[in-house]
Amino acid sequence: MQISVNGQTEQVDIQSLEDYLTARGLLGRRIAVEHNGEIVPKSQFSHVMLEDGDVLEIVQAIGGG
Amino acid sequence: MTDTIQVGSYTLKSRLLVGTGKYRDLDETGRAIEASGADVVTMAVRRTNLGQNPNEPNLLDVISPDRYTLLPNTAGCHTADDAVRTCRLARELLDGHQLVKLEVISRSRTLYPDVVETLNAARTLVDEGFEVMVYTSDDPLIAIELEAIGCVAVMPLGAPIGSGLGLQNPYNIREILDQLKVPVIVDAGVGTASDATVAMELGCEGVLMNTAIAEAKDPVKMARAMRLAIESGRLAYEAGRMPRKRYADASSPETGLIE
Repeated sequence: MQISVNGQTEQVDIQSLEDYLTARGLLGRRIAVEHNGEIVPKSQFSHVMLEDGDVLEIVQAIGGG
Repeated sequence: MTDTIQVGSYTLKSRLLVGTGKYRDLDETGRAIEASGADVVTMAVRRTNLGQNPNEPNLLDVISPDRYTLLPNTAGCHTADDAVRTCRLARELLDGHQLVKLEVISRSRTLYPDVVETLNAARTLVDEGFEVMVYTSDDPLIAIELEAIGCVAVMPLGAPIGSGLGLQNPYNIREILDQLKVPVIVDAGVGTASDATVAMELGCEGVLMNTAIAEAKDPVKMARAMRLAIESGRLAYEAGRMPRKRYADASSPETGLIE
Protein backbone atom coordinates (compact mmCIF):
# COMPACT_ATOMS: atom_id res chain seq x y z
CA MET A 1 0.00 0.00 0.00
CA GLN A 2 0.95 3.62 -0.40
CA ILE A 3 1.10 6.10 2.47
CA SER A 4 2.32 9.67 2.79
CA VAL A 5 4.93 10.40 5.44
CA ASN A 6 6.08 13.96 6.05
CA GLY A 7 4.88 14.91 2.59
CA GLN A 8 6.61 12.03 0.75
CA THR A 9 4.72 9.04 -0.63
CA GLU A 10 6.06 5.62 0.30
CA GLN A 11 5.23 2.06 -0.65
CA VAL A 12 5.09 -0.01 2.51
CA ASP A 13 4.22 -3.56 3.43
CA ILE A 14 3.42 -3.29 7.11
CA GLN A 15 0.38 -3.25 9.35
CA SER A 16 0.68 -1.04 12.39
CA LEU A 17 2.14 2.37 13.02
CA GLU A 18 4.49 0.71 15.47
CA ASP A 19 5.78 -1.56 12.68
CA TYR A 20 6.46 1.45 10.49
CA LEU A 21 8.31 3.33 13.23
CA THR A 22 10.35 0.24 14.10
CA ALA A 23 11.34 -0.24 10.44
CA ARG A 24 12.44 3.39 10.33
CA GLY A 25 14.42 3.15 13.56
CA LEU A 26 12.16 5.74 15.16
CA LEU A 27 10.45 3.71 17.85
CA GLY A 28 11.59 4.89 21.27
CA ARG A 29 12.98 8.14 19.82
CA ARG A 30 11.65 11.49 21.03
CA ILE A 31 9.06 12.03 18.33
CA ALA A 32 5.37 12.86 18.03
CA VAL A 33 3.11 11.39 15.37
CA GLU A 34 -0.03 12.61 13.66
CA HIS A 35 -2.08 10.01 11.79
CA ASN A 36 -4.59 11.49 9.33
CA GLY A 37 -4.54 14.74 11.28
CA GLU A 38 -5.03 13.16 14.72
CA ILE A 39 -2.24 12.97 17.28
CA VAL A 40 -1.41 9.40 18.27
CA PRO A 41 -0.29 8.98 21.90
CA LYS A 42 2.87 6.86 22.19
CA SER A 43 0.91 4.19 24.04
CA GLN A 44 -1.33 3.74 20.99
CA PHE A 45 1.35 3.17 18.33
CA SER A 46 0.74 -0.58 18.23
CA HIS A 47 -3.04 -0.13 18.00
CA VAL A 48 -3.09 2.14 14.95
CA MET A 49 -3.40 0.06 11.76
CA LEU A 50 -2.23 1.77 8.59
CA GLU A 51 -4.34 1.76 5.46
CA ASP A 52 -3.72 2.72 1.87
CA GLY A 53 -3.73 6.50 1.46
CA ASP A 54 -3.01 7.27 5.12
CA VAL A 55 -1.09 10.42 5.96
CA LEU A 56 1.53 10.53 8.70
CA GLU A 57 3.39 13.48 10.12
CA ILE A 58 6.35 12.63 12.33
CA VAL A 59 8.00 15.51 14.18
CA GLN A 60 10.82 16.11 16.60
CA ALA A 61 12.36 18.95 18.58
CA ILE A 62 15.01 21.04 16.86
CA GLY A 63 16.80 24.27 17.67
CA GLY A 64 14.70 27.39 17.41
CA GLY A 65 13.95 30.74 18.99
CA MET B 1 20.01 35.22 43.79
CA THR B 2 16.85 33.90 45.37
CA ASP B 3 14.81 36.11 43.04
CA THR B 4 12.33 34.08 40.97
CA ILE B 5 9.61 34.79 38.44
CA GLN B 6 6.26 33.09 38.33
CA VAL B 7 4.93 32.26 34.86
CA GLY B 8 1.64 30.41 35.15
CA SER B 9 2.36 27.34 37.26
CA TYR B 10 6.12 27.55 36.62
CA THR B 11 8.58 29.19 39.00
CA LEU B 12 11.65 30.31 37.08
CA LYS B 13 15.02 31.04 38.62
CA SER B 14 16.48 32.93 35.68
CA ARG B 15 15.04 36.03 34.05
CA LEU B 16 16.97 35.22 30.90
CA LEU B 17 15.13 32.88 28.52
CA VAL B 18 17.06 31.60 25.53
CA GLY B 19 16.48 30.03 22.14
CA THR B 20 18.35 27.13 20.58
CA GLY B 21 18.36 28.20 16.92
CA LYS B 22 21.26 29.30 14.69
CA TYR B 23 24.09 27.65 16.66
CA ARG B 24 26.97 25.98 14.83
CA ASP B 25 26.20 22.58 16.36
CA LEU B 26 24.53 20.95 19.33
CA ASP B 27 27.72 21.05 21.38
CA GLU B 28 27.90 24.84 21.09
CA THR B 29 24.16 25.06 21.83
CA GLY B 30 24.63 23.11 25.05
CA ARG B 31 27.63 25.14 26.22
CA ALA B 32 26.03 28.50 25.47
CA ILE B 33 22.83 27.59 27.26
CA GLU B 34 24.76 26.36 30.25
CA ALA B 35 26.66 29.67 30.37
CA SER B 36 23.45 31.69 30.08
CA GLY B 37 22.09 30.21 33.31
CA ALA B 38 18.64 30.11 31.70
CA ASP B 39 16.11 27.56 32.88
CA VAL B 40 13.60 28.22 30.10
CA VAL B 41 14.87 27.14 26.70
CA THR B 42 12.85 27.43 23.51
CA MET B 43 12.76 24.82 20.77
CA ALA B 44 11.02 24.35 17.45
CA VAL B 45 8.94 21.41 16.23
CA ARG B 46 9.77 20.19 12.75
CA ARG B 47 9.35 17.12 10.56
CA THR B 48 11.80 14.36 11.38
CA ASN B 49 14.25 13.86 8.55
CA LEU B 50 13.51 10.25 7.64
CA GLY B 51 16.77 9.84 5.77
CA GLN B 52 18.91 10.67 8.76
CA ASN B 53 20.90 8.31 10.92
CA PRO B 54 18.53 7.43 13.76
CA ASN B 55 21.43 7.65 16.22
CA GLU B 56 22.18 11.25 15.28
CA PRO B 57 22.06 13.37 18.45
CA ASN B 58 18.74 15.06 19.07
CA LEU B 59 18.28 18.50 20.63
CA LEU B 60 16.57 16.87 23.60
CA ASP B 61 19.69 14.79 24.27
CA VAL B 62 21.66 18.01 24.81
CA ILE B 63 18.91 20.09 26.39
CA SER B 64 17.42 17.60 28.77
CA PRO B 65 13.77 18.12 29.69
CA ASP B 66 14.75 16.95 33.19
CA ARG B 67 17.09 19.87 33.65
CA TYR B 68 15.51 22.67 31.61
CA THR B 69 11.96 23.92 31.20
CA LEU B 70 11.45 23.45 27.50
CA LEU B 71 9.38 26.03 25.75
CA PRO B 72 8.18 24.76 22.38
CA ASN B 73 7.51 27.64 20.05
CA THR B 74 5.28 27.97 17.02
CA ALA B 75 7.75 30.05 15.01
CA GLY B 76 7.22 29.57 11.31
CA CYS B 77 3.45 29.32 11.69
CA HIS B 78 1.46 31.90 9.75
CA THR B 79 -2.04 30.89 10.83
CA ALA B 80 -3.80 30.18 14.12
CA ASP B 81 -4.61 26.64 12.93
CA ASP B 82 -0.96 25.80 12.24
CA ALA B 83 0.12 27.25 15.58
CA VAL B 84 -2.49 25.25 17.51
CA ARG B 85 -1.55 22.06 15.66
CA THR B 86 2.13 22.64 16.45
CA CYS B 87 1.36 23.13 20.15
CA ARG B 88 -0.63 19.90 20.28
CA LEU B 89 2.26 18.00 18.69
CA ALA B 90 4.69 19.63 21.12
CA ARG B 91 2.56 18.57 24.06
CA GLU B 92 2.70 14.99 22.85
CA LEU B 93 6.43 15.25 22.15
CA LEU B 94 7.11 16.48 25.68
CA ASP B 95 4.81 14.05 27.50
CA GLY B 96 1.95 16.38 28.34
CA HIS B 97 3.93 19.55 29.02
CA GLN B 98 1.53 22.53 28.79
CA LEU B 99 3.86 25.55 28.55
CA VAL B 100 4.17 26.90 25.01
CA LYS B 101 5.40 29.98 23.23
CA LEU B 102 2.78 31.16 20.78
CA GLU B 103 4.18 33.06 17.84
CA VAL B 104 2.22 33.67 14.65
CA ILE B 105 4.23 35.80 12.29
CA SER B 106 3.37 37.62 9.12
CA ARG B 107 4.84 36.77 5.74
CA SER B 108 6.67 40.07 5.55
CA ARG B 109 10.28 41.09 5.83
CA THR B 110 9.56 42.47 9.30
CA LEU B 111 8.39 39.06 10.60
CA TYR B 112 5.97 41.20 12.58
CA PRO B 113 3.48 39.26 14.73
CA ASP B 114 0.11 38.68 13.05
CA VAL B 115 -1.93 39.79 16.03
CA VAL B 116 -5.29 38.74 14.57
CA GLU B 117 -4.16 35.13 14.16
CA THR B 118 -2.29 35.32 17.47
CA LEU B 119 -5.44 36.32 19.35
CA ASN B 120 -7.42 33.50 17.73
CA ALA B 121 -4.78 30.90 18.50
CA ALA B 122 -4.40 32.15 22.08
CA ARG B 123 -8.13 31.67 22.75
CA THR B 124 -8.07 28.08 21.48
CA LEU B 125 -4.87 27.16 23.31
CA VAL B 126 -6.03 28.60 26.64
CA ASP B 127 -9.32 26.70 26.23
CA GLU B 128 -7.33 23.50 25.68
CA GLY B 129 -5.41 23.96 28.91
CA PHE B 130 -2.12 25.24 27.52
CA GLU B 131 -0.11 27.79 29.48
CA VAL B 132 0.58 30.33 26.77
CA MET B 133 3.52 32.71 26.67
CA VAL B 134 2.69 34.91 23.73
CA TYR B 135 4.92 36.82 21.34
CA THR B 136 3.20 39.98 20.20
CA SER B 137 3.65 43.50 18.91
CA ASP B 138 4.23 46.38 21.29
CA ASP B 139 0.61 47.52 21.01
CA PRO B 140 -0.67 47.98 24.58
CA LEU B 141 -4.29 47.23 23.60
CA ILE B 142 -3.37 43.87 22.11
CA ALA B 143 -1.24 43.07 25.16
CA ILE B 144 -4.21 43.80 27.44
CA GLU B 145 -6.46 41.57 25.34
CA LEU B 146 -3.93 38.70 25.42
CA GLU B 147 -3.81 38.94 29.21
CA ALA B 148 -7.62 38.96 29.35
CA ILE B 149 -7.72 35.78 27.23
CA GLY B 150 -5.60 34.08 29.87
CA CYS B 151 -2.04 34.07 28.54
CA VAL B 152 0.46 33.49 31.37
CA ALA B 153 3.07 35.91 29.98
CA VAL B 154 2.96 38.60 27.32
CA MET B 155 6.12 39.01 25.25
CA PRO B 156 6.29 42.13 23.10
CA LEU B 157 9.14 42.60 20.67
CA GLY B 158 11.82 45.18 21.37
CA ALA B 159 12.71 45.29 17.66
CA PRO B 160 12.15 42.87 14.74
CA ILE B 161 13.23 39.23 15.23
CA GLY B 162 16.94 38.73 14.62
CA SER B 163 17.55 42.43 13.93
CA GLY B 164 19.69 43.09 17.01
CA LEU B 165 18.58 46.73 16.96
CA GLY B 166 17.97 46.92 20.71
CA LEU B 167 14.83 48.30 22.35
CA GLN B 168 13.23 50.68 19.86
CA ASN B 169 10.02 51.14 21.83
CA PRO B 170 10.72 51.82 25.51
CA TYR B 171 7.59 53.96 25.91
CA ASN B 172 5.29 51.25 24.55
CA ILE B 173 7.00 48.61 26.69
CA ARG B 174 6.59 50.81 29.73
CA GLU B 175 2.92 51.36 28.94
CA ILE B 176 2.41 47.60 28.63
CA LEU B 177 4.19 47.11 31.97
CA ASP B 178 1.88 49.65 33.58
CA GLN B 179 -1.25 47.94 32.26
CA LEU B 180 -0.53 44.23 32.79
CA LYS B 181 -0.37 42.00 35.85
CA VAL B 182 1.12 38.92 34.14
CA PRO B 183 4.87 38.94 33.48
CA VAL B 184 5.99 41.06 30.54
CA ILE B 185 9.05 39.57 28.84
CA VAL B 186 10.78 41.31 25.94
CA ASP B 187 11.14 38.79 23.14
CA ALA B 188 13.23 39.68 20.10
CA GLY B 189 15.36 42.64 19.13
CA VAL B 190 18.17 42.49 21.68
CA GLY B 191 21.61 42.82 20.05
CA THR B 192 24.05 43.07 22.92
CA ALA B 193 24.23 43.05 26.71
CA SER B 194 23.28 46.71 27.26
CA ASP B 195 20.03 46.18 25.30
CA ALA B 196 19.02 43.44 27.72
CA THR B 197 19.87 45.67 30.67
CA VAL B 198 17.69 48.48 29.26
CA ALA B 199 14.71 46.10 29.08
CA MET B 200 15.26 44.96 32.65
CA GLU B 201 15.71 48.51 33.95
CA LEU B 202 12.30 49.37 32.50
CA GLY B 203 10.82 46.75 34.82
CA CYS B 204 10.36 43.81 32.46
CA GLU B 205 10.21 40.46 34.22
CA GLY B 206 12.64 38.93 31.77
CA VAL B 207 14.10 38.86 28.27
CA LEU B 208 13.94 36.08 25.71
CA MET B 209 16.68 36.03 23.10
CA ASN B 210 18.30 33.75 20.58
CA THR B 211 20.24 35.48 17.79
CA ALA B 212 22.10 37.92 20.06
CA ILE B 213 23.84 34.95 21.66
CA ALA B 214 23.96 32.48 18.77
CA GLU B 215 25.35 34.94 16.24
CA ALA B 216 27.93 36.52 18.54
CA LYS B 217 31.52 35.70 17.56
CA ASP B 218 31.83 33.82 20.85
CA PRO B 219 28.34 32.64 21.78
CA VAL B 220 29.39 31.09 25.10
CA LYS B 221 30.98 34.34 26.26
CA MET B 222 27.98 36.38 25.07
CA ALA B 223 25.66 34.01 26.94
CA ARG B 224 27.51 34.83 30.15
CA ALA B 225 27.44 38.55 29.31
CA MET B 226 23.67 38.35 28.88
CA ARG B 227 23.26 36.52 32.16
CA LEU B 228 25.12 39.31 33.96
CA ALA B 229 23.32 42.04 32.00
CA ILE B 230 19.91 40.68 32.96
CA GLU B 231 20.93 40.37 36.58
CA SER B 232 22.38 43.89 36.62
CA GLY B 233 19.34 45.40 34.95
CA ARG B 234 17.00 43.74 37.41
CA LEU B 235 19.05 44.85 40.41
CA ALA B 236 19.15 48.42 39.09
CA TYR B 237 15.37 48.36 38.59
CA GLU B 238 14.81 47.10 42.13
CA ALA B 239 17.35 49.56 43.56
CA GLY B 240 15.57 52.49 41.87
CA ARG B 241 17.70 54.84 39.84
CA MET B 242 18.55 58.39 40.88
CA PRO B 243 16.59 61.18 39.23
CA ARG B 244 18.05 62.82 36.15
CA LYS B 245 19.23 66.42 36.67
CA ARG B 246 20.08 69.10 34.18
CA TYR B 247 23.21 70.37 35.96
CA ALA B 248 26.11 69.03 37.96
CA ASP B 249 25.78 68.16 41.64
CA ALA B 250 29.15 67.72 43.40
CA SER B 251 29.76 64.34 45.01
CA SER B 252 32.18 65.65 47.66
CA PRO B 253 31.09 68.05 50.41
CA GLU B 254 31.61 71.66 49.50
CA THR B 255 32.31 72.70 53.10
CA GLY B 256 35.43 72.13 55.23
CA LEU B 257 37.81 72.82 52.38
CA ILE B 258 41.40 73.74 53.33
CA GLU B 259 42.27 77.39 52.87
